[in-house]
Amino acid sequence: MKKEQSFEENIQELENIILELEKGELTLEDSMKKFEKGMELSKNCNKILENAEKKITILLKDGEELKEQDFIQTKIEE
Amino acid sequence: MLKQTCVFGRKDDKVMKYENMAITVSELNSYIKDKIADDEFLNNILVKGEISNFKNHYTGHMYFTLKDEKSLIKCIMFKTYAQKLEFMPKDGMKVFVLGGVSVFERDGIYQIYVKAMQEDGVGILYKKFEELKQKLEAKGYFDTNHKKKIPIFPQTIGVLTSQTGSVIKDIINVSTRRNPNVRIRLLPVPVQGQDASIKIAEGIQFMNKHKLADVLILARGGGSLEDLWPFNEEIVANEIYNSEIPIISAVGHETDFTISDFTADLRAPTPSAAAELAVPNIFELKQKIQSYQNRLHISLSKKYEMQKLRYEKCMASQVFKDPYKMLSDKYLVIEKYIKSLEINIQNKKQKEKEKFVKLVAKLDTLSPLKTLTRGYSIIQKDGKIVNTVKDLKTGENINLQLIDGTKEAKIL
Repeated sequence: MKKEQSFEENIQELENIILELEKGELTLEDSMKKFEKGMELSKNCNKILENAEKKITILLKDGEELKEQDFIQTKIEE
Repeated sequence: MLKQTCVFGRKDDKVMKYENMAITVSELNSYIKDKIADDEFLNNILVKGEISNFKNHYTGHMYFTLKDEKSLIKCIMFKTYAQKLEFMPKDGMKVFVLGGVSVFERDGIYQIYVKAMQEDGVGILYKKFEELKQKLEAKGYFDTNHKKKIPIFPQTIGVLTSQTGSVIKDIINVSTRRNPNVRIRLLPVPVQGQDASIKIAEGIQFMNKHKLADVLILARGGGSLEDLWPFNEEIVANEIYNSEIPIISAVGHETDFTISDFTADLRAPTPSAAAELAVPNIFELKQKIQSYQNRLHISLSKKYEMQKLRYEKCMASQVFKDPYKMLSDKYLVIEKYIKSLEINIQNKKQKEKEKFVKLVAKLDTLSPLKTLTRGYSIIQKDGKIVNTVKDLKTGENINLQLIDGTKEAKIL
């Protein structure tokens, strides 16, 4: 199983494909393959953007134990 | 010079004596002034205290009082010295002043004539800061090629700062505005005081060890140099330098620079700015991806159009437009060949025929039959043509061939 690509890797590859396509030197078949790959990458990018879920947590160290809980901002200043 | 002792006696006759013995206020103040002026220690002293009653006079001189818990002393700093100050003193500020004590004779007060002033602690700290900065710079801690790239879209933003106060609030606000689904992990650390630097260094190490974030924001609000000091400690710089997670440092105000700022992969002027640098605007990113998709479509359809044009150009060519033309052309050629073959054969036939007729005519002229028609006849004996009389003897039978037949005859 291929490791899931990061947003970075996805968008980098997408940019490369666009440049290659825009040069117009590929055959129609290759262009279509690249186009499909590009669309897939762009969808991956969107997926990564949309899949994130708002979560603000605070890490609490309990010795070497790590506890993570939702961070609720206290109203009390200082 | 003044060596009287005051002797008080009876009023009337002593008045004259007092008159001779007494000194004026001016003389006293002048005396005290000289006394102090003679004292090396008082001429060049370094005093620490807190400023109060500070007045920045329009003449450029500064007047203030320096105090501690129990006592106070007036101070004056003349314009020539005051204008060299790198900061504006204010009430409550703890300072070191360098100057000399002297008496202001008119008012009978002694005060410090300040020649130089420094914020308490700052001088030493500033020196330490410069030394560490040079040391780390020599070690390559600030090299741009060591700096890591901040990811375009970090999944998790790690924040090291105090869990109370406005800094974390600002960071959360800015981050959620840019990306409503932002993922933030706060690791609370003290940002000032004795152990702050150790805690901060441990925090960076901890985040790295457990890979808890894709980018780290190290933040603190504004404060004095002492307040910001933990971010100028070498142990913090070491952890920033060794961190595998890219770090954005946002310590103090825009004008504050710390060792952390120099060592970090990116320096943000304020904590809010750090959040802006760490969290991409998701709406802009989506727009960017949309534009990429458009470009994909455009370039593919351009390719397609181009290929279609090529195809159409091919289709417009003679071969495809009238594919039988070529064949019919070929047929024509073949027909031509057949025709010429026929002609050739005819000619040949004709020629042969003429030749034959000529030969027949020639044969005809040479034929004996014609001679026979003219009355000649051929004599044959024993089936052989007789050419001479010598071959003929009396009584022999011969055959006479004439034009219309043969007859036997006898030589007489």
